[in-house]
Amino acid sequence: MTAPVTSGDRYAVADAPQRRWRDIALRWEVILLALLALTIIVNTIASPYFLDVFNLADATFNFSEKAIIALAMALLILVREIDLSVAAIVALAAMGVGYAAEAGFGPPVLFAVAIGIGLLCGIFNGVLVSYLNLPSIVVTIGTMSLFRGLTQVILGDQAKTKFPSDFLDLGQSYFIKMKETGLSWLFLPPVPLSFLIFLGLAVLFGLVLHRTAVGRRLFAAGSNPVAARFSGIPVARLRFILFAVSGILSGLAAALLVARLGSVRSNIGIGWELDIVTMVILGGVSIAGGVGSILGVFLAVLVLGLLTFGMSLNNIPGQVVSVYIGALLIAVIAIPRIIERIRTRSTR
Amino acid sequence: MIVSDPILTLSGISKRFPGVRALHDVSLALKPGRVTAIIGENGAGKSTIVKILTGIYRPDEGEIRVRGEARSFASPRDAWAAGIAAIQQETVMFDELSVAENIFMGHMPTGASRLVAWPEMRERAQALLKRIDAVIPPDFKLKRLSVAQKHLVEIARALSHEAQVLIMDEPTAALSASEIDDLFRVVAQLKSEGRAIVFISHKFDEIFRIADDFICLRDGEKVGEGSIATVTQAQLVRMMVGRPVDQFFPKRDVAIGETVLTVEGLSNATEYADVSFSLRQGEILGLYGLVGAGRSEAMQGLFGITPITRGEVTLEGQKLSIAAPSDAIAAGIAYVPEDRQDQGAILSLGIRENVTLAGLTKHVKGLFLSRASEQAETRSLGRKLSVKAAHWEQRLAELSGGNQQKVVIAKWLATRPKVIVLDEPTKGIDVGSKAAVHDFIGELAGEGLAVVLITSELPEVMGLADRVIVMKEGRIVAEFKRGQWSAEAIVGAATGAGKEAA
Repeated sequence: MTAPVTSGDRYAVADAPQRRWRDIALRWEVILLALLALTIIVNTIASPYFLDVFNLADATFNFSEKAIIALAMALLILVREIDLSVAAIVALAAMGVGYAAEAGFGPPVLFAVAIGIGLLCGIFNGVLVSYLNLPSIVVTIGTMSLFRGLTQVILGDQAKTKFPSDFLDLGQSYFIKMKETGLSWLFLPPVPLSFLIFLGLAVLFGLVLHRTAVGRRLFAAGSNPVAARFSGIPVARLRFILFAVSGILSGLAAALLVARLGSVRSNIGIGWELDIVTMVILGGVSIAGGVGSILGVFLAVLVLGLLTFGMSLNNIPGQVVSVYIGALLIAVIAIPRIIERIRTRSTR
Repeated sequence: MIVSDPILTLSGISKRFPGVRALHDVSLALKPGRVTAIIGENGAGKSTIVKILTGIYRPDEGEIRVRGEARSFASPRDAWAAGIAAIQQETVMFDELSVAENIFMGHMPTGASRLVAWPEMRERAQALLKRIDAVIPPDFKLKRLSVAQKHLVEIARALSHEAQVLIMDEPTAALSASEIDDLFRVVAQLKSEGRAIVFISHKFDEIFRIADDFICLRDGEKVGEGSIATVTQAQLVRMMVGRPVDQFFPKRDVAIGETVLTVEGLSNATEYADVSFSLRQGEILGLYGLVGAGRSEAMQGLFGITPITRGEVTLEGQKLSIAAPSDAIAAGIAYVPEDRQDQGAILSLGIRENVTLAGLTKHVKGLFLSRASEQAETRSLGRKLSVKAAHWEQRLAELSGGNQQKVVIAKWLATRPKVIVLDEPTKGIDVGSKAAVHDFIGELAGEGLAVVLITSELPEVMGLADRVIVMKEGRIVAEFKRGQWSAEAIVGAATGAGKEAA
């Protein structure tokens, strides 16, 4: 009989590592938080109108719909997939809302129509990717063309502009009204519906991803899909569900967008898919899979939203804003690599 | 045949890896116009020799001489330049390129313009293929070819470089009988042109058909050599396995209980057929066979990774229908895969996250995962398997191979299985961890688990198993009980040299 393996007690292993400030400071969320603080400070100095609760509330209109879709996109990228058809789904769902409104339906039906169309589109993507094993980047480039093309064929160059006023109210007024107390620093800020939904969904997605068994399985499937499958995780089914969720949230975003704009044309939401991917990547979700957090995506949404808003307050043209965002995104991808190189060199 | 000076000699070659002695003082001479077979069990050092000959590894000691001149290969390119070419088990070529491009990859003919001279390349490729009677259009993309045709392209590639030494590492593994005949004709022709050929195969009939000389390796040492005409199959088998196998891995005495698992007629379309066996509590069943015998495939079918076409699985009297790994896990079957890096461990996650992954639902309290419950499980299994780590959140990528393997086993024990299949559990881990894993397998059986141990290492299976099933070409060909087996009989059954060796 061989000598028994050295007893475990002599190798007491700690449950968790000792926290070191350096590790915490280099966490992506902390870097994003610093970036957010910097954005707010610079904008506050540059424009007196920036730190106004009504202006800030209005600013959220411009990114909340995309941010809602970004939550689903974050999970897809986490499991090494991508959905580039989201903006086209928005267009198709928005058109559906336009026709349903013309037929005289009220807000609940309009939202249901949008979400229903989104779900169908998501299921279509999901079947192609999960059960026919096609690469999602190719599938969703195809469905991007397909869904947008359908919208263009059906809608032509007409616009749908007849919507019930209670539906438009949901998109155009504050869902939570400003309430002041006697104290100047204590008040309930005005919050649009779309931002409120984004906040709620962000909390939900954060809990699911970081606290539940489903979330852990997503991380495993993103890190090593083969080992995940060998561990009994239904990787294909999870992917399918995520595409369906992406469709649902695109439909929801479409309804909110139509309610805000009050009109639907076939070019609605065009180019959104790349804005959404930008939010997710800046949020620290690795395109290689298995790494990311909802908090990171949430902070990235705020950074990008407030940056764009601040620049428009200062009359900086949109093209310049793109230049800035492009540079930021590249820096974001390059900096961790550079830090890593410097680290490995210094430890050698 | 005139015996002339060897083209290539190895003398006193040794190679060590951390914790493993891969080769010790091995010498070898390859003569022109002779086929030398290298034989030995899996892990005996055959692949290491090939890798040294082709410049992938550098020997720690010893000398390589090519035509009497001492050489050292710093890279595969040096070996290639010295006229040594290998035809690999799995061809490493470019599927999307043409046959001609594959033949001339790295030395394409170019004109004065430095652009590739396509017509010349095509012509020369055609000529080379014709020399070995291969009817393959040089413009075909490689992916359109069969494995046998790919081998011929590799041989043409070697000829394009006027290679004098050709190494064929299990070239017949994926070939049909008539393709093997064709290949052997080419080998005979290469012989007659005065080239030296190294032939590695597990199949004795092929060795006796094609080889002139042999060397036999065991545990990295040369244990025999000579002319193939002077030995019998039985003598070769004895040479391969001849060692006291019972010393290393002590067998625990375990009371064997009731039948837990019955597998009846398990089959899939291509890799295995009619696999039937039963397994009892506390029993360790060895599943022995050559690489490619269909052992892993059959067990993966049992576990629901790949679909089965036929077969019945009964666990504790209950008939199971297993469509996915989650069904097998729920029923109480665990499968620890051979490929630890790709199939077993999730390297970028921490130890805790790996350990609890397969049995995650157990740690859900209310809606959320309970960190405390996960930590408790990780702590107890980590200690039981003596995983060495800085802390339980440490990423698996930072652990040694042996400790990664322990974490993977811990993951499967966390599912509280009744049956555990261990697929080559000690492959590629250091000697110390190996002993720990062996000891642990005995302990598992002692706790009443039924164990299936897939291994290609004879001493491991003979040391640990209560019963051994031998698979060959997808079927069970023999079964041995402890005490009624011999190393020769087991290897004989696996290689098909059964009658002569027994």
